[in-house]
Amino acid sequence: MGSGVVAVERAARATTMPVIQVEGLTTGYRRGEPVLRNVRFAVERGALVGVLGPNGSGKSTLFRALLGLLPPWEGRVLVEGQPARPNPDIAYIPQRETIDWDFPVTVFDVALMGRYPRLGLFRRPGKADRELALWALEQVGLVDQRDRLIAELSGGQRQRVFLARALAQEPELFLLDEPVSGVDAPTQHFVFELLERLCRQGKTALVATHDLSCVAQRFDRVLLLNREVIAYGPPQEVFTEALLHRTFQSHLLLLRYGDRVIVVEGEDGDERSC
Amino acid sequence: MNGAVELLIEPLRYGFLLRALVAAVLVGAICAMVGSYVVLKGLAFIGDALAHVAFTGIVVAFLAGFSFYIGALAAAIAAGLGIGWVTRRVGLSTDTAIGIVFSGVFALGVVLMAIGIRTYTVDLFSYVFGDILAVRARDLWAIALAGLLVVGTIVALYKELLFAHFDPVVAEAAGLPVGALQLLLLLLLSVTVVVSVQAVGVVLVLAMLVTPAATAALVARRLPAMMILAVLFGALAALVGFYLSYYASVPSGGAIVLVATVLFVLVAALVRGRGAWRRLMAAYR
Repeated sequence: MGSGVVAVERAARATTMPVIQVEGLTTGYRRGEPVLRNVRFAVERGALVGVLGPNGSGKSTLFRALLGLLPPWEGRVLVEGQPARPNPDIAYIPQRETIDWDFPVTVFDVALMGRYPRLGLFRRPGKADRELALWALEQVGLVDQRDRLIAELSGGQRQRVFLARALAQEPELFLLDEPVSGVDAPTQHFVFELLERLCRQGKTALVATHDLSCVAQRFDRVLLLNREVIAYGPPQEVFTEALLHRTFQSHLLLLRYGDRVIVVEGEDGDERSC
Repeated sequence: MNGAVELLIEPLRYGFLLRALVAAVLVGAICAMVGSYVVLKGLAFIGDALAHVAFTGIVVAFLAGFSFYIGALAAAIAAGLGIGWVTRRVGLSTDTAIGIVFSGVFALGVVLMAIGIRTYTVDLFSYVFGDILAVRARDLWAIALAGLLVVGTIVALYKELLFAHFDPVVAEAAGLPVGALQLLLLLLLSVTVVVSVQAVGVVLVLAMLVTPAATAALVARRLPAMMILAVLFGALAALVGFYLSYYASVPSGGAIVLVATVLFVLVAALVRGRGAWRRLMAAYR
């Protein structure tokens, strides 16, 4: 009876507890100024959250803290109610892939790597793992490219391979660092379609980007970040000229019509819209 | 026909020559296996440094009167772990540091060797260029044991080593012990270098680590195929080099490496250079 009650309580907690709770987080790299100061926010299950800020605003640092790769100097970072630590329930797609594209691995090999953290030491991936990797490649439209070397892929396809690996990992939480910078428009669109579908299924995704114009509309929540939290809330609330100016430290003009926002950068007159 | 077979069998009638051949082939294969990662991860300079440190370990072990394997292993493992630690912790360009420290350690070995020769009239110089004929039965055991350890570990931890070296950032985020796996590779590299020093010598260990694996990288598409081909190329170079050394009366280390190099050039020519030089140079990043 006791264990039944515990199971019910756990299930109840799982649905109400935020997936991510960051409380007063101050952190950085050793012997330096903190990169992030007193960061506080919480993310509900199933949310698609945009982390927006200029380059150097601490987006990647925040992700490293969420992954438990960077310990807090102050405050705490809770993922699923536990202090953050590297684990297979979080899929991470870093910004600049530091990997060597000449490595002799195929598209399928990379997707299958998503299963590795789920297997124990010494254990080989089995039939079920290979099927999951194929399913993941299907999701990103690369299943007919599975035997190609990663060196032979285009930029957009490379991004899709890492998405496939993340999917094969069957995580609860996706952390994507600049997934749409430097890829073509169809891939950008595709990435967000996929993320929206995942979030409807109860997965949670954080997407860091410095490009606010094209993707901003698609988030449930937006975290404006520049070494500290400037604002956190639904896009229509945080997209004000004052808040964006404080975040990006440059003059931005917002033009609204309907539920669309066009961002115009004042200094170079560079207009970007979607 | 019989003449050719006779030529191949003739040297093997002597126990020490048969032993030498087996040792050479094993060393060629083990070096090539680890060498696949050396080529992919650009660890050639570290492998070279380890060989030089191992040499000093051998000299010190000799002068102090204990087994050269203990001396060389202790020195190489300490150096391997030291490099791993420096690369992870300090994070600055380690090439210069490695260059200064390890050429210094090697110089110490050379000076100590000179003192050793004066005192003991022993030829430690064979370790610089390698003398396969000096392999004793227990050396062969050591090589076989090291081979079992190295190949066994790389096969058993195939997926972990692959993920940790292909994409360390993501592997670490997913909970893999990436730091430990990177140190493990340096450890395997240290063991390989130590057992290879006697066969091919300090100067040429590097070639056995890099050349067969780089040759395999020219034709293999995936890592398992690359490792198998590298092992075949390494073993073939050792085999052919051994006979070359026997019949032409040239040093074994030089002959083996020369054959490995010719193999690389032949394969590179066959695949019309498809990134051949880029591959080879990448090993020295």
